[in-house]
Amino acid sequence: MWQAFVRWFHKWSSPKWFYTMSQPWSFWLGWAATLIIAVALIWGLMFAPVERLQGNSYRIIFLHVPSAFLSQAIYAAIAVLGLVGLVWKMKLAFFVAKQCIPVGASMALLALITGAIWGKPTWGTWWEWDARLTSMLVLLLLYLGLWALHNAMERPESGDRASAILALVGVVNLPIIKFSVEWWNTLHQPATLKFTEAPPMHVSMLIPFLMAIVGFYLASMAWVLMRTRLEILQRERKSRWVEEELNRFAEGQ
Amino acid sequence: MTFLPLLRSVFRREMQLAYRRRSDLANPLLFFLIVVVLFPLGVTPDMSKLAEMAPGVLWVGALLANLLSLDLLFRSDYEDGSLEQMLLAAVPPTLLVLCKVSAHWLVTGLPLTLLAPLLSVMLGLPGSAIPLLMVSLALGTLCLSLIGSIGAALTVGLRKGGLLLTLLIMPLFVPVIIFGTGAVQAQVAGLPWLAQLAMLAAMTTGSLALAPLLTVAALRIAVGD
Repeated sequence: MWQAFVRWFHKWSSPKWFYTMSQPWSFWLGWAATLIIAVALIWGLMFAPVERLQGNSYRIIFLHVPSAFLSQAIYAAIAVLGLVGLVWKMKLAFFVAKQCIPVGASMALLALITGAIWGKPTWGTWWEWDARLTSMLVLLLLYLGLWALHNAMERPESGDRASAILALVGVVNLPIIKFSVEWWNTLHQPATLKFTEAPPMHVSMLIPFLMAIVGFYLASMAWVLMRTRLEILQRERKSRWVEEELNRFAEGQ
Repeated sequence: MTFLPLLRSVFRREMQLAYRRRSDLANPLLFFLIVVVLFPLGVTPDMSKLAEMAPGVLWVGALLANLLSLDLLFRSDYEDGSLEQMLLAAVPPTLLVLCKVSAHWLVTGLPLTLLAPLLSVMLGLPGSAIPLLMVSLALGTLCLSLIGSIGAALTVGLRKGGLLLTLLIMPLFVPVIIFGTGAVQAQVAGLPWLAQLAMLAAMTTGSLALAPLLTVAALRIAVGD
């Protein structure tokens, strides 16, 4: 049992194994995500009932909430992957962690943009120094910092380890940032613009909503897998199997 | 405690180096002064409005001044190779980092704190708030130096590390500035301020325990290359 686990675990240190294994995964995950998101959005945007208080503008939650979820989940994943990479010296974990950064940053950006679009009709302003908005902005800055650190390092290996450390610092800090920003905001302005307690959703809204969340998770996984595959090809370009793979591409599949 | 003499000599070396490079020592202070002078010019000379903003302006100025000085924390040691020797020494490197950071605080954070009363008078901050401002700045700049040392260690091997350091570390400073200014603003408004100060102290002690470990890990990456 333990032996089997160790053997399974060791497989993950081989980028080549991951490259071959991830091809069907990225393909099917990508298609499943496209399908689920399409159904969720068509259902959510066209068929779900109008909300009593916010009218049609609430429909942006089908994009906003999943992207906000993912932006936080991906940061946590980067920290875990960074820890795995630092502790077990696993190259692959670093590759995945690196390619998670742009995906997570896009999710944070999407959450901010959709939030602003929703804020205009609901709060009457594009931007408000609300606790959640501010901590999402800080999260985006953390992502950009990680990416900048990767790009600044001359040797990609040290970029990997450096940004793993930064991600660990960030993940310890994120709850503190979130808490402090919430505290700061409630001190400065009374609860006029606070998110109201979400009333229990009707099933006809809840199902597309949950589908959108699942779809975003799958899409992010597929996206990260595809990016990681390219990262592997680039970083392992001096190994023989990558050369063969590239030749295969050059000869027209 | 056999490594106490070594720590003492590292500390003495830091102070001596700081004393020999007096311009590096003065630059953050001048920067702090200029930021605070620019603020009324850019916003308003109205004293009552300035007084309202004073805790925030002073804190942002001190934070930026501290951030600018952090780039030099490990750089010269890295370039002349003494950093490598420190990591190889028989002393736990975390203690050496702690030694260097506290020396850094003594030559930047503390002078910034001592300069703050003068600048706060210029911004019209009520005199009764000045002692609390100084306590919060003294605690807060130590916390900034500790968190910043991680960023300084991560960027020490890079030629253009300064701006990158700012980008990496600034988001992590958010809680420090919130509780630092929060305490002073609460006192000005006549509200209880002990909770904010306690949070600031908690963050400082927390980073005192954790930051040196991460700084050492980051320094090992830089030296390993």
